[in-house]
Amino acid sequence: MSVMNTGGNPQLNRHGELNHLLTIEGLPRDVLTRILDTAAPFTEVAEREVKKLPLLRGKSVFNLFFENSTRTRTTFEIAAKRLSADVINLNISTSSANKGETLLDTVDNLAAMQADMFVVRHASSGAPYLIAQHLAATDRDHIHVVNAGDGRHAHPTQGLLDMYTIRHYKKDFTQLTVAIIGDVLHSRVARSQIHALNILGVPEIRVIAPKTLLPTGVERLGVRVFNDMREGLRGVDVVMMLRLQNERMQGALLPSTQEFFKSWGLTPEKLALAKPDAIVMHPGPMNRGVEIDSAVADGKQAVILPQVTFGIAVRMAVMAMLGGN
Amino acid sequence: MPAPQLPDAEVLCAALIEAMRPHVDPAITALVGIHTGGVWVAERLHTALGLKIPPGSIDVSFHRDDYHQRGLHANARASQIPFDVEGAHIVIVDDVLYTGRTIRAAMNELFDYGRPARVDLAVLSDRGGRELPVAPTWCPHAMALPAAQMLALERADDGRLSFRLMEK
Repeated sequence: MSVMNTGGNPQLNRHGELNHLLTIEGLPRDVLTRILDTAAPFTEVAEREVKKLPLLRGKSVFNLFFENSTRTRTTFEIAAKRLSADVINLNISTSSANKGETLLDTVDNLAAMQADMFVVRHASSGAPYLIAQHLAATDRDHIHVVNAGDGRHAHPTQGLLDMYTIRHYKKDFTQLTVAIIGDVLHSRVARSQIHALNILGVPEIRVIAPKTLLPTGVERLGVRVFNDMREGLRGVDVVMMLRLQNERMQGALLPSTQEFFKSWGLTPEKLALAKPDAIVMHPGPMNRGVEIDSAVADGKQAVILPQVTFGIAVRMAVMAMLGGN
Repeated sequence: MPAPQLPDAEVLCAALIEAMRPHVDPAITALVGIHTGGVWVAERLHTALGLKIPPGSIDVSFHRDDYHQRGLHANARASQIPFDVEGAHIVIVDDVLYTGRTIRAAMNELFDYGRPARVDLAVLSDRGGRELPVAPTWCPHAMALPAAQMLALERADDGRLSFRLMEK
């Protein structure tokens, strides 16, 4: 990614405004805070008789999903529709890519259909950057790109909605201890969360995982690593669970999901080690009985469904900010 | 250019209250103020007119017609409408009436909550320069300001309202 980051932050236009949302890494704190502030009034739109705003009226948003997703694609679709955009969903794993068309050919074709925004999910890290760079190089950077998850690299809107959720319940980031637990190795969500928590000034970010599910050098991201879940959970304000990504597992990283649950699953008994008012988050979809016990997932401390609701407002805010810049 | 005589906002508030009093029904009239100045004026009117329905507030960021030129307003806030808009008698309250675009945006925002039976407009001052067919129902003051100037309402710590002239 370092190659693609040269020449300034490719997400910002020459006025320092957000032109694309590709990653949280390197975003100035005021830009990140402004996205969270902007999301707040959008949460209220869901309470109205008419849940629709005219900001993206006449604009076309293409959901380009080269990798399957239900929740993220749906919430992006709802967000764009509530902004009055025309939304076109393309599941490209089952379309032209199979016929040999390249990523950039696909983009060129959709740009020729007057696309105004691409929401991109791709199994390869950096694919949304490639699209943004291609658009800039061909003088079409009025078309905005939102990264909806690329490989193991980043899932910025998930990171943002997680920050929105934490701020909603905990108000102030600068006094918090936050634990991220589980399959960090394969998780673009964890990377986006860690960058966001650091930018927002969270003093202690813990990563709790077996050594086989930690990327090498994870400490360099500014986290404390715990290989014992009980020790790591002590006194935390926010518990962020990660999904065990079975589909990305290669080789014998784990003995079995039952074994994983025993050591790394969040049970009521382990959660009791965190602060009594700690909140429990999960980006979904949950593997019940693998990384999280149903008693916790459905318990009083879980804020997993509010995360989904806030996700729509955060995605509306991002798209409304990009669309106006 | 000589500075025009600025109106006294407190005097205008009192005049607006008396202009509205014969026409409002405290049991059914509801106010919505437009952020920020209109909210201050709506609070004054609400108390002075003894209205029963709590006042609402509207932020027009989501309906501004200059979004595509100027982007989303940096300080967008949620509108708060604490009553049922459907069938309501509503007075939109703002400090200064200018192009009429803010009022159009406010009406669009309001109608996202329901279909009011009636909507009126109360402002402290009409500074001219209309670009849309909008007229106030109650307005105790009018002046003609050049486009380069803005009339802004301010509220002191003790709650006193005053006007200030700003160069754009």
